[in-house]
Amino acid sequence: MTGLGNAIALYGRYAAASVKSQLQYRASAVMTALGTLLITASEFVAVWALFDRFGQIHGWRLPEIALFYGLISITWALCDAIARGFDNFAQIVKSGEFDRILLRPRSTVLQLLGQELTLRRVGRLVQGAAVLGYAFAAGRIDWTPGRAVLLVGSIGCGICVFLGIVMLQAASAFWTVESLEVWNSFTYGGVTMGQYPLAIYRPWFRALFIYVFPIGCVTYFPGVAILGRPDPLGAPPIVGWLAPLAGPVFLAGCLQIWRIGVRHYRSTGS
Amino acid sequence: MIHPGAASRLAPYRALFGARFRMLLQYRAAALGGLATQIAFGLILIMIYDAFYRSSTAAVQPMAFRQVASYVWLGQALLMMLPWNVDSEMRAMMRSGGVAYELSRPVDLYTWWYARAAAQRTAPVVLRAVPMLVFAMVGLPLLGLGEWRLGPPASLAAAIGFAAALVGALAVACAFSVLLYIAWIWTLAADGIVTVASTAVSMLSGLLIPLPLFPDWARTALRWLPFAGILDQPARIYTGHIASGELAAVLARQLGWTAVLIALGRRLLARGLRRVVVQGG
Repeated sequence: MTGLGNAIALYGRYAAASVKSQLQYRASAVMTALGTLLITASEFVAVWALFDRFGQIHGWRLPEIALFYGLISITWALCDAIARGFDNFAQIVKSGEFDRILLRPRSTVLQLLGQELTLRRVGRLVQGAAVLGYAFAAGRIDWTPGRAVLLVGSIGCGICVFLGIVMLQAASAFWTVESLEVWNSFTYGGVTMGQYPLAIYRPWFRALFIYVFPIGCVTYFPGVAILGRPDPLGAPPIVGWLAPLAGPVFLAGCLQIWRIGVRHYRSTGS
Repeated sequence: MIHPGAASRLAPYRALFGARFRMLLQYRAAALGGLATQIAFGLILIMIYDAFYRSSTAAVQPMAFRQVASYVWLGQALLMMLPWNVDSEMRAMMRSGGVAYELSRPVDLYTWWYARAAAQRTAPVVLRAVPMLVFAMVGLPLLGLGEWRLGPPASLAAAIGFAAALVGALAVACAFSVLLYIAWIWTLAADGIVTVASTAVSMLSGLLIPLPLFPDWARTALRWLPFAGILDQPARIYTGHIASGELAAVLARQLGWTAVLIALGRRLLARGLRRVVVQGG
């Protein structure tokens, strides 16, 4: 496993360099992080306003929604912080920078992950953590060590799902030179969708986010298990503990598509 | 009847508007990509409201579900009209020092930028709104999702009132956009100001959640802010949630805010120009 250890060490260096460079513009980094915090906080105000008016959604109350909301916010913030290289991939292809990446004796995925560790995503992370804190304080969650592990594990598996989707979006640039904005429907749209329990949506929509882009597997099912509620969709309790594994499986599939894309790559020549 | 002298004085601003408008109409692929994302967002939002309305135990909500659905689609269709960003060209101009060219033109800079904002807030809407409206009005019922569709205007009077309020909304939105341009004259780190402004716009205009669904105590205050005039009030006139009789009051608030924002913008611009530092390069 020296290969993996070496890769982690290299990633650590990439990340340290990136953090250092962003801290050169400290005021700007702090301002944008605060701005993100403000934006995401206003999103939760909107959710609060809806519960103030309607009281509940299909029997779910605000502290329960806060668990799903906090989970997906933290997951997306972490993914978004490491995935900047994929986010920016169309530019990397257009400028010919990807040629250089291919020349280096390291995997393309590692190098793209190492492009930037985006500090300003801290704003969303803090907001997600605060909402999660509210869910813990206001809800009646019966904490066991297993549930705590499930919480952390589903965040990790959730990062895999979002990273996979961002990777597919980036991979579309191998064929079109543009990173297709349609994919935002599944990242940003998926985040909005995941703020509420999957059970409130229509069956065809649920199926999309369980079987195709398994965001529901990494937020909804484990969330239900942590809350200790019976699943209104009728899944047995064990599903909540196993479903997050769909995340790494999905990511493995996306990596295969990424490799096909890399083989298909032709330099723009600039 | 415009005085011939006035017409020729306005000519450069009309020319700028026309040129920018035609230029922005070229971004059809970007509009198409954005369109798909906006449709997805509209659908998700409506599904969430649908679930809330089905769970509601109250006898009456301040807005009917079909009005909410129409409101959401109008918000998505008019998204690019909302003054929530400064286009990247303008930002690049401020950073590179290109703003010096703007200052050296023999035109009134405020009006010049207002014309620019007017193109920025209309051309992308024209590109996106038509396919969006076709999908929301005709496509959804064909997919068997007719209850989520954008309904027709509540009445002929509502349609006419909507058109009038849309003009007022554009006037406010452009005046607000120019304020964001001017923020760049004052500081090169205006990104923070723009972020705060865009949060206020999306929250207080009704884009994030229809304003009638806010708690009752907040609704009066929200109505008197400039943001309600940009999206909420036109959309509610369209759905019949605001009676056509109140159109005059809506228009008066929009025009009042336009006048205030223009006066504020002119003042900030004049003072900012006295201390502007043009970036070299």
